[in-house]
Amino acid sequence: MPVFIINRLFQALGVILVMSVLVFVGLYLIGDPTSMLVSPEATEIERQALRKALGLDQSIWLQYLTFLGNAAQGDFGRSFLTGQPALQLIIERMPATVELVIVAMTFSVVGVPLGILAGLRPKAPSSKAIMTGSILGFSLPNFWIGLMLIMLFAVYLGVLPASARGETVNVGPVAFSILTIDGWQHLALPALTLGLAKAALMIRVTRAATREVLPMDYIKFARAKGLRPSRILNVHLLKNILIPIITVAGLEFGQAIAFAVVTESVFSWPGMGKLLIDSIITLDRPVVVAYLIMMVFFLVILNLVVDILYMAIDPSAREKVRD
Amino acid sequence: MNSVKTRLAASAVFLLMGAFSLSAADLKIGVKSEPSSLDPQFHVLVPNVQVTFAMFDPLVMMDPKLVPQPALAESWKPTSDTVWEFTLRKDAKFSDGSPLTADDVVFTFDRIPKVPNSPTAFTLFTRQIAKVEAADAHAVRITTKQPYPLLVTDIANLPILSKAAASGPAPEGKTTVEFNRGEGLVGTGPFKFVSWQKGADLVLERNPNYWGKPAAWDKVIYRPMTNPAARAAALLSGDIDMMEDPPTTDLEQFKTNPKLSVAEAPGTRIVYIALDQKGEPSPGIPGQGNKNPLMDKRVREALSLSIDRKAIAERVMGGVAVATGDLLPEPMFGAVKARQAAPAVDTAKAKALLAEAGYPNGFQITLGTPNGRYVNDARIAQTIAAMWTRAGVKAEVAAAAPPVFFKSRDNFEYSAYLAAWGNSTGEISTTLRSLVGTREPSKGSGTSNGGRYSNPDLDALLDKASATMDDKARKELLQKADEMVLSDYGIIPVHFEVPVWALRKGLSYAARADQYTLPQDVTSAK
Amino acid sequence: MSTPTTVLPTTTVEESPFRRFVVQFRENKLAMAGLILMILLAIPAFGAPWIAPQNPYDIGALDILDSQMPPGSVAEVSGITHWLGTDSQARDVLSAVLYGMRTSLLVAFLSVTVSLLIGSTVGLCAAYFGGWLDALLMRIVDIQLSFPAILVALVMLSVLGQGLDKVIIALIIVQWAYFARTVRGTALVERNREYVLAARCLSLGWRRIIARHLLPNCLPPLIVIATIDLANAIALEATLSFLGVGVPVTQPSLGMLIANGFEFMLSGQYWISFFPGIALALAIVGINLVGDHLRDILNPRNAL
Repeated sequence: MPVFIINRLFQALGVILVMSVLVFVGLYLIGDPTSMLVSPEATEIERQALRKALGLDQSIWLQYLTFLGNAAQGDFGRSFLTGQPALQLIIERMPATVELVIVAMTFSVVGVPLGILAGLRPKAPSSKAIMTGSILGFSLPNFWIGLMLIMLFAVYLGVLPASARGETVNVGPVAFSILTIDGWQHLALPALTLGLAKAALMIRVTRAATREVLPMDYIKFARAKGLRPSRILNVHLLKNILIPIITVAGLEFGQAIAFAVVTESVFSWPGMGKLLIDSIITLDRPVVVAYLIMMVFFLVILNLVVDILYMAIDPSAREKVRD
Repeated sequence: MNSVKTRLAASAVFLLMGAFSLSAADLKIGVKSEPSSLDPQFHVLVPNVQVTFAMFDPLVMMDPKLVPQPALAESWKPTSDTVWEFTLRKDAKFSDGSPLTADDVVFTFDRIPKVPNSPTAFTLFTRQIAKVEAADAHAVRITTKQPYPLLVTDIANLPILSKAAASGPAPEGKTTVEFNRGEGLVGTGPFKFVSWQKGADLVLERNPNYWGKPAAWDKVIYRPMTNPAARAAALLSGDIDMMEDPPTTDLEQFKTNPKLSVAEAPGTRIVYIALDQKGEPSPGIPGQGNKNPLMDKRVREALSLSIDRKAIAERVMGGVAVATGDLLPEPMFGAVKARQAAPAVDTAKAKALLAEAGYPNGFQITLGTPNGRYVNDARIAQTIAAMWTRAGVKAEVAAAAPPVFFKSRDNFEYSAYLAAWGNSTGEISTTLRSLVGTREPSKGSGTSNGGRYSNPDLDALLDKASATMDDKARKELLQKADEMVLSDYGIIPVHFEVPVWALRKGLSYAARADQYTLPQDVTSAK
Repeated sequence: MSTPTTVLPTTTVEESPFRRFVVQFRENKLAMAGLILMILLAIPAFGAPWIAPQNPYDIGALDILDSQMPPGSVAEVSGITHWLGTDSQARDVLSAVLYGMRTSLLVAFLSVTVSLLIGSTVGLCAAYFGGWLDALLMRIVDIQLSFPAILVALVMLSVLGQGLDKVIIALIIVQWAYFARTVRGTALVERNREYVLAARCLSLGWRRIIARHLLPNCLPPLIVIATIDLANAIALEATLSFLGVGVPVTQPSLGMLIANGFEFMLSGQYWISFFPGIALALAIVGINLVGDHLRDILNPRNAL
């Protein structure tokens, strides 16, 4: 077990190394971040001074080594644009993203009953409708769904705001918008957008799990015993399909955080995904690199936790999860 | 369409809200972008400077039309070619009640070069200054390195800090991080700091110790809203009282909406096309061998003639642009009156000129443009490319993300490119020096001259003007220089961007040419 | 991961597997509708230069005075009737949609084809040779697949810069791993079958065994994945272009057209975004309906 964990962490480090080299060299070749920062009236001396202040006057490899040295001490550099520590910028934006994703994931739970329904009676027209609907929710691009929701609710009906985060309330140092009515109004559309795709996935997972469990002996036995169908459903079926559903939900949480990039851009949601896109476009390298490193660690740890939990529940499942 | 219905519903809500907001004199402003820092000397950037100027005063303040007016200095005069004396106002107090003295001014100038990591440092405005000293408690003497007529406009960009409040153990005194936490933010301005939450509201309140007319607002709230449509929606629903840059697509409806008012300022930001005139074969013009057609003045004139500037201002810019043939609007220093009106489009003449220059079938050209740096930049470029193509010059647009664009421009990869230049001095010398002065970046000449236009006569005129302290003589020199470039088609002006604000009815704003949103200039009609 | 069941066409050599497949496919009305939809969209998209009312890339033909016209209006300058309106550049939206669809389909088709080739080569090699090569390749695949596709694509594009070719490269990098893993899974099962073992005993060349025996058996799942991936590629490209890191503004794909119209939508000019959006959705839905049914027919492991 510890070997397995250490292995994973080493993998994460490897990925981070490869990715940071890529991003460093790529952003270095593609454009000049200082051109956006420096006043157009600045003389060459002032431009050089800025490059020097940002460390951009050194060779790219020296820059990279400096970065590695600092990163090892937990310093990911300062944003070129604002001069703030990159990590701090990301952490400031994190609550908005996490809030959005949690609400969206909670919403996606509606997929579970629909999935059970589709799994119990696979031939019924209602099940086919559910499955076709899930294909749509699953395959249509997220930004497109957002766009349609904006068109319907914000432009045509005019009942919900189309963008930005609503009023927030501070709990300790963290600002939440789920504590105000205005906050919920702003949250509704982006959360629905992100949640729909996840709900579609939930439908498919639940249906597959249901169909796997139904032919099992204990269900047949329960039926033969004459138990009420509702009891079979609640106790025997639900208990057994819950494990795969929770596993997938856990893994999808990570995916949703990454995918919030798109939702946040559509709705101008001030989360860290929007920050990533803005930073990519302005070549704010420290922020891009810090975001990616954080994301890699987050995803690796999430995967690890899910795997360990799974193994704790079902030791034979080890191979299955890794697949 | 349906948005009209939306707007009506929103207006109803808005009326109700209005009834409540009358009692408390709060002003909520939807700003495009929040400041990158509260340190008044960290970053020369509109969102930073406008917040600073609500809390701090400079010695000399530009009025909305960019004419210098007394602020903390009640008067100033040059005592020699390089020495200026500024007399401070005796009744000026900081928000903590302490009086302003010459020491504060000296401290302010001292701190500027010491602020680390600044993306655009305020040294931009102090590079001609050799020395700043206190002549007495209420007089400051500034010595420049050479005769420098623009000292007063430079000084207007420098807010005065309180020495007592902004001192600290670090070399620069209070650090940028400390300022961001609200420490040391003690100024003489109409408002004082209350709180700031990154990514959300920045709150100021009236400064009871302000030396001028007390501000009309108890509280001012800046709310960053990057999306223009979101700002518009918030204004319509009464969430905010005022917004920066309403979307160009909505402006017509805003102007006719009885619940709103719109404030426009004369724009000083010129959108222009630069043409490669280095003399070597140009990278974006294939099939012409060793020749660069743009070296021919007739070709440049043809390109200018084929642009329908009025159509761009109306259709692409939604009316928030003034089509022009000059680089600075007229009442400002050095602009040429006869050049102000946009030259009429004349495709036939353009074709004739091209034929005369030896290009009866035109040629191909790539027009570079940033995408997302200036208002509708890529769209303007595409429209101009279409106009050029109709005149026979087959143009293609290369749009790139801003940092990529600027890198390509600085590597001279464009034969023609679209860019914009904001003049903050109200005098055309800085514009000409940067855009068409012979490229000598070490001297600060031609810093944005990506077309590498070079005209020794022009450089000589600019040099002479910059050492001429007499305003009238300098103005004549600058007008002559401006006319020289424009009649040579060394650069092609397209339009001035017009800064626009939208406010709820009953509020008015003294719209500023420099695009700053200053709460002290927002007044209520009641 | 169990043994393949009898549905695989290889077991019924006598009654032309292709025929059987066609019959099975036609049974599902939704899938047929999807197929027809795909064809109806692909033909005008690839025929755009001949049937579109206007060439939206010929900027000389555009007049700014004709911009932002609502659907059905007649242009003042060119005299064309714009059935779906015009955008902010006076481009005919219908023509832009046809050309944009062409760009979208082209990007998706090219990227899927190349990633299929790379992915199946990697997968087959990993399965056949096994050992450390297999372990290494599959570790790379595993790692890549544990990251969200959108993130990988964003990183690639931020590093490569903008452009049609760059988008295709980024999509290939995102997609090849799916193919590699699927092919390896199927090929591993086949590799341990008697006939492959027999072929190896006869010391037939490894190239021959891979090409003749392993590859054909991997085709059914490959077809399924390629179809579904085509839709995913269209969606991903549209997303990237919408975010502003995909195709250049002058060569709009459907995603770019939607992004261009986005800011006009809130002021009521819905058509600039709406129609490209509908076209995009139809294309994706059509392909998915076909893919979903193909999976039912060809792939017994229809877990997800």
